[in-house]
Amino acid sequence: MNPQLTRRRFIKGVIFSGAAVTTGTGYYLANAQTGQSAAERLVTLNVNGRSRPVDVLPSETLAYTLRYKLDLTGTKIGCNRGECGACTVLLDGVPNYSCSVLTQNVKDRAVTSVEGVRSANGTLHAVQQAFVAENAPQCGFCTAGQVMSAVALLNSNPRPTRDEALQAMSGNLCRCGAYEHYLNGVMRASGQIV
Amino acid sequence: MTTHLGFDFTPPDVEGKVSGEIKYAEDYKRDGMVFARILTSPLPAGRVANIDASAALRMDGVVGVFTADDLPPSPPPGNPTLASEYVTYVGQPILVVAAVTEEIAESAIDNIRVDFERRDFVVDPMESLTPGGKNAYPEGNVLIRTREEGPGGTPIIGAEIRDIKWPQSAIDAMRNGRNPVDGEFTTEWAFGDIDAGFAESVAVIEEPFVTMGYPHHCLEARTSMAYWENGKCYFHGSSQSQSANNNGLARMMNIDPGDLVFINEATGGGFGSKIGPYPIMAVAGNFSRMLNRPVQLRITREQEFYIGSARSGMQGWIKIGVKEDGKVAAVDLVIVNDGGSTGGGSGNSSAGHVTITFQPENMRYRGISVYTNTTPRGAQRGPGENEMAAVLAPITDKAAAVVNMDRVRFRRANVIDSDGVRSQSQSGVTSAFVREALDQGMRLFNWNERINQPKRTGNGNKVRGRGVGIGYHGAGSRGYDGLVRIGTDGRLYIHSGVGNLGTYSYAGTCRAAAEVLQVPWDRCEILRGRTDNHLPHSSGQGGSNTMFTHTRTNWVAAEDAVNKLKEIAAADLGGSPNDYEIDGERVFSSSDSSQGLTYAQAAQRAIEMGGRYSGMEYPDDINPITQRAVQGIQGTGLIGVSKDNIPGQGQPPGNVVGFTEIELDLDTGKYEILDYAAVADCGTVIHPTNFMNSMRGGAVWGVGMANLERHVYDPQNGLPANTGLYQSKPPTYLDVPTSTRAAAVNIPDPQNPAGCRGIGEPTQGASVAAIASALSDALDGHLFNTAPTTTDMIVNHLAGNSYSTQSLKTNTF
Ligand code: FES
Ligand code: FES
Repeated sequence: MNPQLTRRRFIKGVIFSGAAVTTGTGYYLANAQTGQSAAERLVTLNVNGRSRPVDVLPSETLAYTLRYKLDLTGTKIGCNRGECGACTVLLDGVPNYSCSVLTQNVKDRAVTSVEGVRSANGTLHAVQQAFVAENAPQCGFCTAGQVMSAVALLNSNPRPTRDEALQAMSGNLCRCGAYEHYLNGVMRASGQIV
Repeated sequence: MTTHLGFDFTPPDVEGKVSGEIKYAEDYKRDGMVFARILTSPLPAGRVANIDASAALRMDGVVGVFTADDLPPSPPPGNPTLASEYVTYVGQPILVVAAVTEEIAESAIDNIRVDFERRDFVVDPMESLTPGGKNAYPEGNVLIRTREEGPGGTPIIGAEIRDIKWPQSAIDAMRNGRNPVDGEFTTEWAFGDIDAGFAESVAVIEEPFVTMGYPHHCLEARTSMAYWENGKCYFHGSSQSQSANNNGLARMMNIDPGDLVFINEATGGGFGSKIGPYPIMAVAGNFSRMLNRPVQLRITREQEFYIGSARSGMQGWIKIGVKEDGKVAAVDLVIVNDGGSTGGGSGNSSAGHVTITFQPENMRYRGISVYTNTTPRGAQRGPGENEMAAVLAPITDKAAAVVNMDRVRFRRANVIDSDGVRSQSQSGVTSAFVREALDQGMRLFNWNERINQPKRTGNGNKVRGRGVGIGYHGAGSRGYDGLVRIGTDGRLYIHSGVGNLGTYSYAGTCRAAAEVLQVPWDRCEILRGRTDNHLPHSSGQGGSNTMFTHTRTNWVAAEDAVNKLKEIAAADLGGSPNDYEIDGERVFSSSDSSQGLTYAQAAQRAIEMGGRYSGMEYPDDINPITQRAVQGIQGTGLIGVSKDNIPGQGQPPGNVVGFTEIELDLDTGKYEILDYAAVADCGTVIHPTNFMNSMRGGAVWGVGMANLERHVYDPQNGLPANTGLYQSKPPTYLDVPTSTRAAAVNIPDPQNPAGCRGIGEPTQGASVAAIASALSDALDGHLFNTAPTTTDMIVNHLAGNSYSTQSLKTNTF
């Protein structure tokens, strides 16, 4: 196809001076092209009640920070453009698509991801227990987002009607179509299905 | 006494899903891992003339570029991992760049210059068949499967591309709803005598139809990550299947399957698009070996649209002859499939659906599958059957009307039963109770009463319609292996090579082993999700087949374990194995239950006795994959291992019937699904709550096919217009009914020891068919003959305008 293009020219050495990768500790150092100083990039986030210092690029989304820098991979990225809700987290208790939020903008907010909704003794949240009882997840890829939307709903409206629950959950796509079981889970968690 | 079958349980991965702890391929990382991103084609057709990656390679942090030259050639009709000589759709992967961060990899893509040469392209199959029509490949426009006599009489199956054009008369006939008599086809079969069948019919119906392809859009894009350690490739991939992936994936890296550890704990949906190893999987493993670093290849949502496969569309014509008693006497069916850039279609399966629902004595099928410069096509939930169900339902209603029969009774009179035959082969089924399902569904839905209620309910300019539909898919196969182990702790370890795409059949099938050995579920452990858990040879996790297939394998493996328990007891305690029985995790003498061994003791004795008891020896007929698995656990307990040699014949069918009521707004063309009730004929229901979720999930897919989902391509430029989730419109909470009912006939299948058959796919077919039937009913029998029938089509019909059916276009409108 391309005689000038040899394999040797396509592979470079594996040791780099300027851009080391330290995946073992869960964050990436120095993308030198950003023009932002290291001091500006280092932020402390409040995630699941803990202070988490992290090096954040200006263009970085919260979903990216959570997943790839803080190892909180329970938050999923289904579309990375605000269309599916798989990345839903709570910001000060309000559900948000974390793929569409810049991490630099949430320095002063309380971030709750799916890893943060269990009780302190490790018991699953009522929503999670109800989703288990309803066998609600199918593939499970949307589940964390569904959990977060349901938790936010029940925090603000502990006994929603089925229609209120439907509306509150409607920003969370489920390609497997497990909607009815998630919805039943919300009603169960609110004590309206036993 | 059954203790496990038909009772709810919580599959072990559910908690990990609600807590976020379970890991999908993209959730893994590895020290030194680099990030790979794909450069995709901006053109619908052409070739790569030159790649200049020098600027990208000069960037700090870029570690390498991987192109088609790094893989074995994959000439047409293969679907190459990376395109070079044949670029055949927008979004086709051309090359991959790896860098130490994802941002650098992204930036590097922008710094690569690819020179393309353009070629002609086409996005509609009928256009391509038209005289002078463009071809998707330089060689032609049609995929031909070939079969030659090989050495020793072994057939050599192949495929080639040919250029086929129809005379204009055939194109015009199709577009006008007539038989394209002089069209050329690549698949033709017939049984009976259709002319005689039509001659004895009191009514003959002829209709054209068109169904659109649409993307699978699994919520998890198919990211993969691979690394090499001690000569083995560790591959984290997103797949429906587990063991069924091993050989193909190993071949992609040219390694022995024993040197592959495929890790796939959970998969974010597959729907047919991830049954086996798919082309892009070849990148991570090979690139990682080349770079000597772990490589993660992340796929974006847009790329998932491009490479994640799609349903084949179809343009067709059907002629149905009906006798006075309502029996379908003859069917003549033509299907032109839209094979996208991979060329294959599902027309044969669509024809199979017709044979199931009508059981015609006389039928002819003619089909051809045409390449278009659109995304690759592959199996998607009930491929062929479900889209046929969508367009066939209103046509069936029309047939019922001409002989003045109730729509359900017409279906009841024609549909397959246990003595029925299916498809081209006219071969049998293991059992079928669709009539019972229809009867049960009529009661559940209150059909007789509801169809006599007025269509106008006084709710604005709205009208109601009630519909019924049948979904079918083959649901099981035979001959795979089961593997269980009783440990010295007395626990039962069930090794499952079944994948985990969210159906939980990996767990449901394991219940069969627990049942046979009468082990409480909390004393069982399922080993799965990675090859080094020593997993047996298993079927691909697709085609609704694992429930039938792997309840059988687990059953026979557990029976092997029971036999060995009895033999060990007899060897230790005297008498013959037949003198012993099992219960309470013990094997004991039938005449004196105090004389026995616990399972834990028997496992210890199996290790001491060795041989086939501890897996040091195993049956000759098990697959090499299972042999390796047994070798991995030999000497660690009592091993039960067996190939499924349970006798029997015929295809196990999965059948679902659906009933629905909709309310259509005549001002807007939008409708609401007021009620949906479905009944499955899937043998014994093994896991009731999960059965309900499966039925409902499939019903949601039916809503998508009925009303929402389709490819849209710009015919001028070959560009897809709806790559994202929002535009391609999988149903949301707000599009579907959320208080539905589902039930099962629950008559055991005689050829499955647990009584079950699969059900994943026909759930969608029943739903889409019922909705299409209801829409037609609401409009006094109007036939759209499309899937989807979108709101704009309905509005245009209501406004008296023509709509796109007549032009029979797929991908465009
Ligand atoms: S990943 Fe954020 S909305 Fe889809
Ligand atoms: S469970 Fe698969 S996307 Fe919701």
